[in-house]
Amino acid sequence: MNIYVLLKKTFDTEEKISIVNGQIDDDSAEFIINPYDEYAVEEAIRQRDANGGKVTVITIGNEDSEKQLRTALAMGADKAVLINIEEDLEDGDQYTTAKILEAFFDGRDVDLIFAGNVAIDEASGQVGPRVADLLGIPYVTTITSITIDGTKVTIEKDVEGDVEVIETTMPLLVTCQQGLNDPRYPSLPGIMKAKKKPLEELELDDLDLEEADVEAKTKTIEIFLPPAKAAGRVLVGDVTDQVKELVGLLKNEAKVI
Amino acid sequence: MSEKLFVVGEVKDGALRNVSFEAIAAAKIMNADAEIVGIVCGDDDLESQALELIYYGADRVVTVKHDNLKTYTPEGHGQAILAVIHDESPNGIVMGHTSIGKDLSPKLASKLDTGLISDVTKIDANGDQPVFIRPIYSGKAFEKKMITGAFPFITIRPNNIPSLERDPSRTGDIRQHDIQVTDIRTIVKDVIRKATKGVDLSEAKVVVAGGRGVKSADGFKPLYELADALGGAVGASRGACDADYCDYSLQIGQTGKVVTPDLYIAVGISGAIQHLAGMSNSKVIVAINKDPEANIFNIADYGIVGDLFEVIPLLIEEINKVKV
Repeated sequence: MNIYVLLKKTFDTEEKISIVNGQIDDDSAEFIINPYDEYAVEEAIRQRDANGGKVTVITIGNEDSEKQLRTALAMGADKAVLINIEEDLEDGDQYTTAKILEAFFDGRDVDLIFAGNVAIDEASGQVGPRVADLLGIPYVTTITSITIDGTKVTIEKDVEGDVEVIETTMPLLVTCQQGLNDPRYPSLPGIMKAKKKPLEELELDDLDLEEADVEAKTKTIEIFLPPAKAAGRVLVGDVTDQVKELVGLLKNEAKVI
Repeated sequence: MSEKLFVVGEVKDGALRNVSFEAIAAAKIMNADAEIVGIVCGDDDLESQALELIYYGADRVVTVKHDNLKTYTPEGHGQAILAVIHDESPNGIVMGHTSIGKDLSPKLASKLDTGLISDVTKIDANGDQPVFIRPIYSGKAFEKKMITGAFPFITIRPNNIPSLERDPSRTGDIRQHDIQVTDIRTIVKDVIRKATKGVDLSEAKVVVAGGRGVKSADGFKPLYELADALGGAVGASRGACDADYCDYSLQIGQTGKVVTPDLYIAVGISGAIQHLAGMSNSKVIVAINKDPEANIFNIADYGIVGDLFEVIPLLIEEINKVKV
């Protein structure tokens, strides 16, 4: 089976966000594999181990993205591809990303593509379904379980807390939801092995793409921080009185009950 | 000719979701003069849902009825809505950023070769072109976005753009669009109901969320009672989910759901950055925690330092008193 994983690097969830010159300051930030993409890497490895095949992890980014790709290789992926757009693209959006991936997949045999259901930074959740549509393959988003039996695939999909049981076939793209699995930590031998695994670097040229082919269809005109919240009021006194006061405040001052 | 904006109505358990009405209001903000056309899909008679869209501001509604639209699939609903789009040639689309909206909108945008701005919480229409404001990094920051082409396509986050007043005296044309819905490759075999009945977490006006301080799955019971008393939904921190006190579908935070209810009650939650990202834009935040140093008190509007198992029952009692 040819299994692919779409991976993005994101800020660590414990990072605070600050803005310098109108942009998110990423100078000192700690980057991780987007947590939902980590489920995707883990599931791809498990499905390969159960069904055979190779796992290729792809990211679009810059040379720093190699770190997250090596982590995925250390977890057990077989091969990594970095599509380095640093010198070619100023701005991109989900359309850009999907068009680049479409070009990457052109001419490749694909059985299964795993992606995160959302990236915790931009959080649009568009790339997975867009790529599936461009490749003309079905997709299922927010999956919490996947079982492969020949070409038949049975999936459990999280739908706002309910579970849909879905039957479909490969080729297929799925996006991963929390609860799908517990991603492993890379082992020391895994980390050693990862250093020798193939990591291919491509640029837009290699995919026969011009900047104009992937030009974003949306633009960001400003990034700003939410207004700082003033510290609230901690109530005092006997618990019964505090509760009475709280309900009074919610009803009369905040007017939310 | 004036513009035409499409609003995709979402039916859940036979009724339209609130966010569909909010989507009509959003379309009106984008262009007050536009004709607002609602679409609803299903396998049943959709007359009453179509009327509701009109009562909430739609000028007319197109319904698509087919057996293969009983449960949502991206292929089925995608075909149906694209058929109506090709027939009507709208100038833009608004839908809810819900499970279905998130799943379907990128496919439609890809088919239409357009940009898509997801999860919009506010629209500024003072300039030549509408500007869409959306949270990034789970609300740790916001961005203002525009569509570069001429076709605005957005999904809106539930609970942020108020719907218009329901006006049952409004009238409008309702027509059924007949199409064949075929070639569905992802087949929904079964739906297992796990979500607590009643209020959906992402649309709830009140959220009662528990953290590690709740100590066990049993400990969540009083939280459910409190949520019931307030007509709200229960959520949880990652700590509580990791400890198996509740299902991951309840998780609120940078991983998990992002919610913006009118009232958020954080119970036994310390207030890690990852959690705050998912709820700090709630309108009013109440924190109940034993630890007076807990970070959650820094963003709470009102705080009670105390044992939740003592505070919550008293709170339920008091709320029931003022409700009468």
